[in-house]
Amino acid sequence: MIELSQTEIEHIQHEMTLYEDPGAATIEALKIVQEHRGWVSDEAMEAAAKVVGVTPTQMEAVATFYNLIFRQPVGRHVIMLCDSISCYLVGYEQVRDHLKTTLGIDFGGTTEDGRFTLLPICCLGDCDRGPAMRVGEVYHDQLTPERVDAILAEYP
Amino acid sequence: MAHITIDGREYDVDDTENLLAVALSKGFDLPYFCWHPELHSVGACRQCAVKSYRNDEDEKGMVVMACMTPCSDGGRFEIDDEEAAEMRAQVIEWLMTNHPHDCPVCEEGGECHLQDMTLMTGHTQRRYRGAKRTHTNQDLGPFINHEMNRCIACYRCVRYYRDYADGDDLRALGSHNNVYFGRERDGAFDNEFSGNLVEVCPTGVFTDKTLGAHYNRKWDMQNAPGICTHCSLGCNTSPGSRQGVLKRIQNRFHGEINHYFLCDRGRFGAGFVNRDDRPRQPLVRNADGVLEPRDMDAMRATMEEVLAATTGMIGVGSPRASLEDNYALRNLVGADFFTTGMSAHDQAASLAGKAALEAHAERIATLREVESCDAVLVLGEDVTQTAPRVALSLRQARRNRHLELAAQNKIPKWHARAVRDIGQYNNSPIFSATTQATRLDDIVIEPQRLRPDGIAELGFAIAHALDNTAPAVKQLDDDTQALVDSIAATLKGAKKPLIVAGTSLGDPAIVHAANNAMKALAAANAEARLFVTFAEANSLGLAMMDAPDIEQAFTAIENGTADTLVVMQNCLYERAPKARVDAVVKKAKNVIVMDHSLNRTVGEAATHVLPAGSFAEADGTLVNNEGRAQRFFQVFIPDAPMQEGWRWAADLADVAGRDPEWAGMDDIIDAIVADYPALAGIKDAAPSQSFRKFGMRFPRSPHRYAARTALYANVNVRERRPTVDADSPLSYSMEGYYGEGQPPSTLAFAWSPGWDSNQAAITRFQDEVGGHLKGGDPGTRLITPGTDTAFAPADVTRVDGWQAVPMYHIFGSESQSARAEAIAERMPEPVFRVNAEGAKTLGITPGNDLSLTIDGETHAFPLDVDPSLPDQTIAVPVGMHGVCGVRLPVGVEPK
Repeated sequence: MIELSQTEIEHIQHEMTLYEDPGAATIEALKIVQEHRGWVSDEAMEAAAKVVGVTPTQMEAVATFYNLIFRQPVGRHVIMLCDSISCYLVGYEQVRDHLKTTLGIDFGGTTEDGRFTLLPICCLGDCDRGPAMRVGEVYHDQLTPERVDAILAEYP
Repeated sequence: MAHITIDGREYDVDDTENLLAVALSKGFDLPYFCWHPELHSVGACRQCAVKSYRNDEDEKGMVVMACMTPCSDGGRFEIDDEEAAEMRAQVIEWLMTNHPHDCPVCEEGGECHLQDMTLMTGHTQRRYRGAKRTHTNQDLGPFINHEMNRCIACYRCVRYYRDYADGDDLRALGSHNNVYFGRERDGAFDNEFSGNLVEVCPTGVFTDKTLGAHYNRKWDMQNAPGICTHCSLGCNTSPGSRQGVLKRIQNRFHGEINHYFLCDRGRFGAGFVNRDDRPRQPLVRNADGVLEPRDMDAMRATMEEVLAATTGMIGVGSPRASLEDNYALRNLVGADFFTTGMSAHDQAASLAGKAALEAHAERIATLREVESCDAVLVLGEDVTQTAPRVALSLRQARRNRHLELAAQNKIPKWHARAVRDIGQYNNSPIFSATTQATRLDDIVIEPQRLRPDGIAELGFAIAHALDNTAPAVKQLDDDTQALVDSIAATLKGAKKPLIVAGTSLGDPAIVHAANNAMKALAAANAEARLFVTFAEANSLGLAMMDAPDIEQAFTAIENGTADTLVVMQNCLYERAPKARVDAVVKKAKNVIVMDHSLNRTVGEAATHVLPAGSFAEADGTLVNNEGRAQRFFQVFIPDAPMQEGWRWAADLADVAGRDPEWAGMDDIIDAIVADYPALAGIKDAAPSQSFRKFGMRFPRSPHRYAARTALYANVNVRERRPTVDADSPLSYSMEGYYGEGQPPSTLAFAWSPGWDSNQAAITRFQDEVGGHLKGGDPGTRLITPGTDTAFAPADVTRVDGWQAVPMYHIFGSESQSARAEAIAERMPEPVFRVNAEGAKTLGITPGNDLSLTIDGETHAFPLDVDPSLPDQTIAVPVGMHGVCGVRLPVGVEPK
């Protein structure tokens, strides 16, 4: 059993004050833990559940419903490549294949050096400038295999 | 009322119901998954599609979900419609894409709602050839097996476990095609009603692990209508057996008691029947103190000697044995020498409970009625641990406010999701005063923690606040007075208030207080209800037998009036402190015990043991907590010289030269009724042994029961002739009359054409789906109005200083179920509990042993801190591994 940091706990407790039912802060608690730890381990989830006052099962139900709550370790940078129809029409497949080959991983995989995790995402709202992807918090669009190489180089 | 047409037939139906419920009630075979009579509609599975027509001119119609369609006047519906039928077939085909082809090895097979629905929709050929998603299963503890690959994601499990039972550790995990129903990790379900998942799940995801340990198919079981013996509520069960082994306990629908659900103690507690250490033949203790087997003739000779030499017998009856067994003992020893086998304090509390019921005979709540009460006061009883099933009913009672809000907003009562959303945290008020935190606290308003005397005082004060002619208690402090006033005002303002009390705290004053509160309430509100719980399955029945408590039996041995104790299915060590029992046993020349389990009395005290049948090997009548006499029937013939307790007692009477000549149950029941006019109703609790329908008996097994000849082919290749039941109108076979018009008390199992699962097949035996059994719910109410209408005096004996109070646990405090392997695995380690201040005063670090002497007996258990306990109060674990036989509550001097 691990304890969350004081910062995490305070942040979660603040979120709990914003709802009539403190349990409604479950999703925020998971985001906070992920923000501090990169992903949500079983132990961290149980610790967060204790702070929020829900059972670990209740928290797990929320955590596993949202695919951007990571319940497995991820790389330093998480690449989310849009696989929706607009990006599909303008070259998603080449970008996808290039990413997979360059990184040597499939969707859901993490490079051996722990640098990148590759995930699909449905629509980043960047349809007019596809193909699009997110690396961490940053958007990259009008992707080509060449642009992808340049972008990856920016993330050590 | 609404006038509707289904498949061209016209019906006048309840317009507050949905179409699916109505169609099922009218006998239509309309497939469904996510709907359940107690969980209502969410419209998730899309299986109950029907065609709905706007009016007589509408020829096109549209496909709607029956479960989400109100029965409004003039409605015209087609179940037998090509388009709707095609949709239903497609839906199940989708649901089945991930479902494995593992029916032959699946424990649900033969009673699987999913199998039934695939057949009903005509989806009998698989076309899907793709890969199926698979899951890792979880270890869910000793009760339930998990096989997630079979899941069709109907969500019934979470709708039962979370929405109905308020469980917090089963959820839908994941999303889209990867939904997983389980816990965050391996582990037993925390909720005391988890076993119902086995029946709620329409397929084999959750199955009964105790059945799995020695599995056979539903159709190969020999069943009987059973009554649960693990508390006083008398839930109806359907025990299933094969070849003399009890396989499982299933729910047996009773419209006034348990309806569709049991508690886990009731469902998984029957394993004691299969224990190897049970006495299975007559035993006599030899000079070395060892119990030696005797055959029947030798035992008869021994008993002739014993009874010829005795200077007097005194009988110890039992509140967990049937009326028949107790009465036969009374007949053997003589009316003046029969005792109830209850301890003095339990008997006093039980008699107070009986008096309270008599005072409110018209207002006794049935278990089901508890669910319809809109304000509840629980006095003293930690029901989850002492009478578990009512805790589940109280959880439904608090939802009456949800239904009220829904009605105000014109949301139909069956619209489960909408009712839940509008209800949220707006619960009907439930108040509770107990000695410590309970598992119901999450739905209780300001739970009160008081010692038994304080609980009685609170009850008397509420009664006084409701009606100032009710006796008052001494000056209350302002906070308490405010609480009392608010509880009284809430109860007064309710449409159907309910008072719950019981005998588990061993304090008749609590029951008197509940009685007063009830009197005060009832004067103004005829709808007010009372629910009293008792200690054991037949406590109220024994209270009605009008005999002294066990003290008289002990005294008779101590003062030499008798030299022979005759014990009927009772453990003396559960009724009095060990030193006292040891002394009595030592002084007694003979201790003749008729019992089915190797308890301490059989193991250490008995000189002669006669192996009596348990509920599975005997018929009998039990009186539940509402005063309902209910008959349970023998499940199987044991392959051993065992017989019913009452037959042993009758044989002994015969040995003594007073053969009562009881050929079967009818004779002994007649004898009981002749002696006890108040028990006359037991005759109608079930049909007599000679009752037949069209000249036929009622089967214990479904008609597909297999291998009747092969079962015993190793002994003799000729088929055994089924034993003829001398005690009931049931047959020990699949032969007989089954179905429409069968008296519901004789229904050993639920099956109807096309419907093999227990929870769905029973629909065909109900007046309307989820309602009552056709022909009336079984049992006869015995309580007749008493003459005592005065308020009880508010007498409370205040206890100062340290006090030991009983602490019960659903798994362990009831001694029979505690002998079941699955229950034993869930039994907590015994601890003493005090609050933090108490631990400090005692100077004991939590985890270290506290040594406590009660009634001259010293126990040492680790100390555990429970902040909810009142000051100077020690909670003492009651049951197998804890403390038994001592009087609680009691003043103590902890060292």
